[in-house]
Amino acid sequence: MSKQKKPESTFPNMVLALFLVTMIAGLALGGVYVVTKEPIAAAKKAKLENALGKVLPEFDTIKNKKVPAYNGKDSLVFYTAYKSGSKVGTAVKTYTEKGYSGRFEIMVGFTPDNRIENTAVLNHAETPGLGDKIDKSKSDWSKQFNGKNPEQFQLKVKKDGGDVDAITAATISSRAFCDATKRAYETYEKEGGVK
Amino acid sequence: MNQWQNFTKGFIKDNPVFVLLLGLCPTLGVTTSAINGLGMGLATTFVLLMSNTVVTLIKNFIPVKVRIPSFIVIIASFVTIVELVMQGFLPALFEQLGLFIPLIVVNCLVLGRAEAFASKNDFISSVLDGLGMGLGFTFALTLLGAVREILGSGAIFGWDFVTGDGMLVFVLAPGAFIALGYLIAIMNKFNKAS
Repeated sequence: MSKQKKPESTFPNMVLALFLVTMIAGLALGGVYVVTKEPIAAAKKAKLENALGKVLPEFDTIKNKKVPAYNGKDSLVFYTAYKSGSKVGTAVKTYTEKGYSGRFEIMVGFTPDNRIENTAVLNHAETPGLGDKIDKSKSDWSKQFNGKNPEQFQLKVKKDGGDVDAITAATISSRAFCDATKRAYETYEKEGGVK
Repeated sequence: MNQWQNFTKGFIKDNPVFVLLLGLCPTLGVTTSAINGLGMGLATTFVLLMSNTVVTLIKNFIPVKVRIPSFIVIIASFVTIVELVMQGFLPALFEQLGLFIPLIVVNCLVLGRAEAFASKNDFISSVLDGLGMGLGFTFALTLLGAVREILGSGAIFGWDFVTGDGMLVFVLAPGAFIALGYLIAIMNKFNKAS
């Protein structure tokens, strides 16, 4: 080992060493990226299809388009579902910035008669044990939206004069959920609903 | 120090979490459940093992003054590999750990072992050190995650044995500090006794 001394820290040595290390690292990462690209896309697609399946009635084709939200800066995505040629519902991927831990996204499905078919939380960072009850895997809270027409069913918590029972000790998360649902509905209405 | 000790020291005597107190950011952040702790621990173990292996192999070709940037590039590459692979093949776990996976890069445990051990020791010792330290880290995170999950949600590895809520504080950030403090105290008691 004594013969193999470390290279001196001269400028060319350092440049060469860093160049080789970063080049090999770059090549390795490029390779892994190419290999994992398809599985990642497939995983994302499976997640989206899973969410759409939950919030919509049975369908065979989906058309999606981006729609600017009636308020808020980001646009929403509309997924219109068809079964043997006729419209069976529209799922809206919507968001809120008002969550207890910031932004989260939900999917809201509407039936052709403007009722909420079902909702699904796509991602959130709400407090475990309190705010995370917006997620169906944690509690049945969000089932109260199912089958409601937001025309008659005020999308606000009862404390704010609406019709939604808030989650105990998680009013902010409940409000945020209503905010996201309302954004979906108002935008959906503006687009003409299912007509 | 023989090779066996290089491997086993990471579990109790030099446990990265309970004794060296390294890598506490992911330790406190992800251990809301035992499965999260286990996943994070295994991801870190992979990065630690690979970075130790590569660092010990190239230690004689890297000039001293650029060794830290080189180590960081190596570590960051392995972390990105873990991130991409997890995203593609374990999307559910990636969603839970998402934010903390890129943070493995700045886990001082990984750079610490590369700098303090792998760059000064031979190949076999470095591999064993990386593996032992990684598994010790995994053991600590899983234990902490299990304690917090049992007390906080009344469940273990996702299996609910108590219906309803547990002591919520243990799922939240303060519970992480409390649980870790007690675990360190218990470990110290055992380490002193032996």
